[in-house]
This record gives sequence, C-alpha cells and structure tokens, in this order.
Amino acid sequence: MSEFKIDDTVDITDVVCPTTFVKAKVALEELDEGQILSIHMNDGEPVQNVPRSIKEEGHKILKLLNNNDGTYDLIVEKVGD
Amino acid sequence: MAADFATLKKGGFMRQKQKNNFSLRLRVVGGNLTAVQLAKIAEVAEKFGDGYVHLTSRQSVEIPFIKLDDIDLVKAALAEGEVEPGVCGPRVRTVTACQGEAICPSGCIDTYALAKDLDARYFARELPHKFKFGITGCQNNCLKAEENDLGIKGGIKVKWREENCISCGVCEKACRSGAITISDGKISVDDAKCNFCGRCVKSCPVESWDTVHGYIVSFGGLFGNHINKGETIIPFIESKEKLFEICDAAIRFFEENANPGERFKFTLDRVGREKFEQKIREVYSNERIQN
Repeated sequence: MSEFKIDDTVDITDVVCPTTFVKAKVALEELDEGQILSIHMNDGEPVQNVPRSIKEEGHKILKLLNNNDGTYDLIVEKVGD
Repeated sequence: MAADFATLKKGGFMRQKQKNNFSLRLRVVGGNLTAVQLAKIAEVAEKFGDGYVHLTSRQSVEIPFIKLDDIDLVKAALAEGEVEPGVCGPRVRTVTACQGEAICPSGCIDTYALAKDLDARYFARELPHKFKFGITGCQNNCLKAEENDLGIKGGIKVKWREENCISCGVCEKACRSGAITISDGKISVDDAKCNFCGRCVKSCPVESWDTVHGYIVSFGGLFGNHINKGETIIPFIESKEKLFEICDAAIRFFEENANPGERFKFTLDRVGREKFEQKIREVYSNERIQN
C-alpha cells in the first residue's frame, strides 16, 4: 500500500450490496479531485462488483490489494468534483 | 361476416371465451413501444375494448374484448399510432429482447437493434409451427435466451492487451468463472473456462483488453407443455452477418424438415440433432473461408 498516498479510507465490510457502492460513493464525494481513497471490502460480491461501479462513475482505479484475510482494499483516485 | 378464424388468428386476433370477442395481439419488437404507440393503444382499448390491456409473457400487448365487427375500424385506428396487429399460429412470433448494451451496464450487444433486424427479416414468416426468437444482452440472461426456438445471448471474447495493463488485480476477482489468473504481472485467460460474460472488460480501469462482441446461439428451446433448454452448437459467433446466415440456416432446416405442428426441438429429436449440427457447422465454416 506504500506506493500510494492514501487521503481517506472507508470500510464497506459492514454493509451489503447495493449499499456497499453507495457508501463508497458517498466517501468519494467527500474528497477533492485527485485525492486517493482506500475502500476496504469483503471478498465475494463486493470485490466482484464495486470496482466496476466505481469505474462507471468515472473514477480511476489504481490497485486492488488482497489482504489475505478475506478482505480487499481498492485504491481509487477521485475524478471530477 | 364469415368468421375465418385462421385469417383472424394470423392477424393476431385471439378468440376469447366470450362469443364474438377477440383479444388483439399487437406487434411489438424487442419489448419497446413509443409514447405515441402507447397513447394510441390506450385510446383503442378505451374505445373498442374493455378499457385495459394485457401484457403477454413474451413482451407483447393484447387488447381484450375487441368485437368482431370492429376489426377493420380497430386496425385503421391503430395504424394512426404506428401500431400493427401481431401474429399467432404457425409462424415467426414476436422477437423479444432485454434492453441490452444501449441501456444496461451489463449488456454486451445492442439487443434492440438486433431485434429490429430479426423482426424485419423473419417476423410472421409462415413455418410448420410457431418459431420464437429471444435476445438477451449478457450472461445474466434476463431475457431467458434458451427457452426460445432460437435464443441469442450477447458475449465478449477477450484478449489481454499487455501494454495498457497496470496489474491492478480487479479482473481476476471480477471473473466469476475463475478463468483469469495473474502471475508476475502477466494475465492469462483460460479459454475453456471463459463464458464471454465480459465482466473483466467492464471492470478494467484502463481498457486493457482487445474485445470482440458476439453471439452465443442456442437452438430448440421450449417452455410450454414440454420444457427444454436450447443447446449451443458454435460456442461464439463473431459477426452479425455470420449470425444471420446461421439463423437463415436454422429456419430453413425447420421449414424443410418439420412436420406440421411440430416444434423445433422435436424436429431435431426426430431428424437427428447431429444432422442439424453438421449443417450449422458447415454454414459457420463456409462463411469463415469467404471472409
């Protein structure tokens, strides 16, 4: 994770689809363009679907990190206001 | 007026239990109707029917309680709103479709455009029995492709484009078939596992895939008195032209081999599925040589 300067993190492991995406989207709205958010999510449906939804919103995905504990961190750069 | 039920039925007039009343089926393509069409349908249902419509299981609209004596008036009124009667009986029925890639984020093909093409090519064509086309945009299969005599499912064939890849790891997790593995920054796709769902492409943040959008076609589906899942012969058809040649060949095979009143599945069972498969493979490979 050290290769990215994380500005904020959000944990979406406590919610289920479609709230996973909504929670991530709200966290992204708090940021300024170019800032980087780390989204902590569960394996399974969240990691299958949330990256694509973030992409469709127009943000830039930088990396998906496997924490090897059944969770992942998706590193996203905010695009747009 | 002599009640010629065969002619009436061809024009989509379904006889009701109530004497001299018909439920008029309308021509709908790919499940879309314009606001103008809807307004006219509402007006006709109000004026000539019982003030309501029925949505059929295959994306058509029927106006019940149309009176036999009003048929010509009803047809003329509908024509003002660009609405035509549909069909029933032994012919190509409503071409159904999901919203496809024009609207749906999961769609891999333009289902509505394809439905219009197929409708223009085959709608109402006389055959030994009913013949149904259904088009679904992706593996989610909202439109249940395999329950049709000829089902079409959109897909994406992928090839990794190394120069764009940032090795983010998203595609490996997006794939539900376990077809993608990443090692030392290199992605490999197991073609035996890939089901052309396109989820890797849709989730990729840097468009690191070369793609071909194409068609997975199934034959002989049924979902009525008998239930049968249509089966695929060619795993993936790369172009629309090739798809049409295959549809032509399937319809021709049905026309030439089916007994009256026999659905496609039963023709295939009786004549021999391998004979049909051979025909389809021939059409598929001939075309490839021409290209």
